[in-house]
Amino acid sequence: MSGLGEGGAQAVAPRKTERILNLTIALLVSGRYVPRSRIREVVEGYHDLSDAAFERTFERDKDELRELGVPIAVGSFDPLFEDEAGYRILPGEFELPPIELDAEEASVVGVAARVWQHASMAESTRNAIAKLRAAGVEPDASQLAALEPSVQAGEPGFGLLWSAVLDRARVSFTYRDGRRRTLEPWGMTASKGRWYVLGRDVDRDATRMFKLSRMTDLPERVSRPDAFAVPDDLDLRALARSLTPPEPTEEVLLAVRAGRAPSLRRRGRPATTSLALPVGFEVCTVAFADLRSAAEEISRYASDVVVLEPVELREQVVAGLRLVAAATARAAVAGATAGAA
Amino acid sequence: MTSQAQVRRLLSLVPYLREHDGAAMGDVAKAFGISVRTLREDLNVLWMCGMPGLTPGDLIEIDMDAVEGEGVIHLSNADYLTRPLRLSADEALALVLGLRTLREIAGPGERDAVDRALRKLGTAAGSGTTEQATVRVTAARDEIQARVTEGLQRGLRLDLTYDVASRAETTRRAVDPLRVFVLDGYGYLEAWCWSAGDLRTFRLDRIAAVEVTDVPVAVHDVQLKDLSTGWFDTLVDAPLVTLRLAPEAVWVAEYYPTEAVSPGADGGLTVTMRVTDPAWLRGLLLQLRGGAVVLAPDGAGESAAEAAQEALDQYAALFDQAASAA
Repeated sequence: MSGLGEGGAQAVAPRKTERILNLTIALLVSGRYVPRSRIREVVEGYHDLSDAAFERTFERDKDELRELGVPIAVGSFDPLFEDEAGYRILPGEFELPPIELDAEEASVVGVAARVWQHASMAESTRNAIAKLRAAGVEPDASQLAALEPSVQAGEPGFGLLWSAVLDRARVSFTYRDGRRRTLEPWGMTASKGRWYVLGRDVDRDATRMFKLSRMTDLPERVSRPDAFAVPDDLDLRALARSLTPPEPTEEVLLAVRAGRAPSLRRRGRPATTSLALPVGFEVCTVAFADLRSAAEEISRYASDVVVLEPVELREQVVAGLRLVAAATARAAVAGATAGAA
Repeated sequence: MTSQAQVRRLLSLVPYLREHDGAAMGDVAKAFGISVRTLREDLNVLWMCGMPGLTPGDLIEIDMDAVEGEGVIHLSNADYLTRPLRLSADEALALVLGLRTLREIAGPGERDAVDRALRKLGTAAGSGTTEQATVRVTAARDEIQARVTEGLQRGLRLDLTYDVASRAETTRRAVDPLRVFVLDGYGYLEAWCWSAGDLRTFRLDRIAAVEVTDVPVAVHDVQLKDLSTGWFDTLVDAPLVTLRLAPEAVWVAEYYPTEAVSPGADGGLTVTMRVTDPAWLRGLLLQLRGGAVVLAPDGAGESAAEAAQEALDQYAALFDQAASAA
């Protein structure tokens, strides 16, 4: 702070806020389109400016208001000001429609208010709650204090993609395979804590889903807002499902030690075998997406789960186990190599 | 603070103050998440605003004596700002996503309230669509979720059947439910576990069965997990393990929190991560089927190697052919 005191640099922000608020009120109460020249006359903070400075300032103020979501309509001129564009804010478009929440609804909204663990999303939620409070709703999470849902969004590209989805702007990024993609982002979905963006891959002209953590650079906007239309019947969940690997189809026959690998056994159906199993094993059929994922999951359980059929899977599991059993020896070699380098 | 943020707030503050005439400065500041000092600055700005012309009769009136004296706010002469600005698409979607996340772990009662609130917000949000984002939480089956929530809300002990993933077995225990939370896409029950005599976190999707007992929960003087730090604080004290990942196993670095990652010439990675549970590491090494090798500390991979050998011996005993091939 320089020694300017009350009228110095410190007062600039409040004066700007005053000007923008006065502009908002002027456009809100006018009841008709207000031409620029009239705005310049009546809104405090404009009339002392030169022509050029007024134009600049007014344009910036309008942009700021529109960014806040204030709907400024540009309209047919007043007969008295033939060439000039007029502006107004229609109260019906400006105002939050009536909303009344009962105690239970207000309480779930209160819980939802704390969900975001992402700075700018938390800010957006706070702003939404402030508006609801101003409309007489009292979000109160205290009744549901023991429920704490949260959403994380740690991927660096999240904020940019989120606003591109809202603005319907094309984005471009490099994906894990090293290829450059241009996408019309329709929506975003999170599953198992990871974010995905879905939309039309422009170069391939096909619907695609991309995992944010697999983008190797920050996405950038490559179009103006409203560059494309999102399908009317967009159902993100269904679309995400259709772009995810297929449902389990590969049936395998397993012997599971009693009381072990419960999640595997619960998925399976009881079965029988002619093979003489060690005491305490039960046989069941379990479905997997493919043999590879079957081998991975089954290998976790080591001697608690035995693959009976198919033979191909059994061989894969046994081969993997050999590698793990031999890994201690190999680690010693790798360590020695690393030490020598 | 930017002027834009202040404008945004003032457009909500005016209708709020009309709705809550005579509200205390402290309460208003709290409702808007700002300091009393910032609120005072806001009032000083509002005082200078009003209808075009800005003659005394045009200005918004604030009883500054009441502000300075009793610390309460009376605002008038602002009939054109009786309603807040409608929700922006961003605000509406952020809030809707919060509600949808809650819905994923809620019991039937709250689910109903969430659906009603979503409908009302959808109407209030107007033209902006709220279908552009969804969140899926891996949680329990409906009937399990209903019982967990019931125990939580009525303060009743739960009889829990739980699959311990790292030990590959099912356990049964009595727990006092304290909280249900979501972190990184999974739902958890945080509860006092009577068998462990300590606070425990249970993944909802691994709860195999649960019964609500009629025993009220006891009072437990425990510190619940701080969600804002993710799993990081539970990992801080865990030992470091360094793994060499083959190209087909590099997903591990993306999937689990790592301390250090460096690429190898073959497209693989060397990663250092914190491992709280040796059984988890054993499971991971077995699952990767040779795709990961422990570089440090010495012996961290031994229990996996032993488990693999034991399994191989069993396969050899069961299948003669495998025995002769080995």
